[in-house]
Amino acid sequence: MKISIKSGLTLGVATVLIATASVAGNHASAESKAVAARNAQMSIIAYSIGVLGATAKGEMEFDQAAVNSAATNLNKMATLDPATLWIAGTEQGAVDGSRAKAEIWSDPDGFAAEFEKMASASAAIVGAADAAAVGAGLGALGGSCKACHEKYRGPKN
Amino acid sequence: MGKLLRFLVLAAIVAAGIGWFLTAPDDLAEGFAAGHTPDAEAGALVFAAAGCASCHSAAEASGEDKLVLAGGRAFASDFGTFYAPNISPSVEQGIGSWTFEGFARAVTKGVSPDGAHYYPAFPYTSYAKMEAADVADLWAYMKTLPVSEQVSKPHDVGFPFNIRRSLGGWKLLFADSAPVMADPLSPDLERGRYLVEVLAHCGECHTPRNALGGLDRAAWLTGAPNPSGNGRIPGITPAQLDWSAEDLVYYFESGFTPEFDSAGGSMASVVENLGKLPESDRVAIAAYLKALP
Repeated sequence: MKISIKSGLTLGVATVLIATASVAGNHASAESKAVAARNAQMSIIAYSIGVLGATAKGEMEFDQAAVNSAATNLNKMATLDPATLWIAGTEQGAVDGSRAKAEIWSDPDGFAAEFEKMASASAAIVGAADAAAVGAGLGALGGSCKACHEKYRGPKN
Repeated sequence: MGKLLRFLVLAAIVAAGIGWFLTAPDDLAEGFAAGHTPDAEAGALVFAAAGCASCHSAAEASGEDKLVLAGGRAFASDFGTFYAPNISPSVEQGIGSWTFEGFARAVTKGVSPDGAHYYPAFPYTSYAKMEAADVADLWAYMKTLPVSEQVSKPHDVGFPFNIRRSLGGWKLLFADSAPVMADPLSPDLERGRYLVEVLAHCGECHTPRNALGGLDRAAWLTGAPNPSGNGRIPGITPAQLDWSAEDLVYYFESGFTPEFDSAGGSMASVVENLGKLPESDRVAIAAYLKALP
């Protein structure tokens, strides 16, 4: 079989391209890893709010230790350092699974201020004495979720 | 040949005349809201349910500032970018010089006081079925709001959509005032239908549109692409959203989904507005959504 120089080169380039693509497929990019980490952060937030919500709604018996744990973890999730999580190039449309709006990067101070509101709203729930107090605290906390998701999160993909 | 040409010219003139007639702005019915004493307090609830502030407040406004209807928010679409106008009671820049009839015609017919068609970015096709008393109460309430002297920004819409008269044709084709959920309904469902289909205009975002921007009523509330960018506006019929009625009501008052994700995007201010309504209204909306096919 005779292979011309040109077709041989084409074959070579194609092989390299396929190899590169499969390497990229096997190893997640820095961007998609950051998005996965943020989604994990949001999962812990949703889980913890779930504990508080079930308590406020009366679906779960009031348990001081559980309320304190959930509120403390929420506070920790609100105070993670953003530098390695909200890296550039991870907005919605650029990375699968991201719903981050470009405003996060054009307005970093506003974005940080929303996390600060979440930090204080969650800290205020630590030590809540009964389900009604949890419910009241949850109102303020929910307001911070909504406010941030209004400005900085896009609709579901 | 001369005869044929004359005939064609005549036919064109007649067709243009009919077109002009058909695209003429509708007038308000005689005696609209006659005999009703406007109640500004009730109007505040109409204002919340209709979500006026969500679009007409300044872009960065939150809390009490949302009552300043200065306008300026941008709404990107396939047809261009629309900017919500100032509808504060400013005589110069807002709607302070309008009559009640002018306001009612604007809201229910999509026609400005000087007789121009509005773009359907303003959801008058939903508001068309607003009860006259509600329009009167809304007007009474809006007159109490703070004045803003912000100058309204012109829409950024290209040819041919910048020909306002063509919107008369659009209205003929797509402004369907028949309710989507057919009668007869229980009183609860009737209230829910009024809130969902008319005041809260849920279909404007949650129902897909055709190439000309008309709502596809056969796919009512089954979700649609986000007109302003990435992602999708979710479908909210029982086939797509398996939340219980209680889950829906809890979402409307707290903003939390059953998984304790939170409302965001445009829905955040919808939840804020729904929270101002009586509990019975949130229950009625949930009942309506659960009754969808």
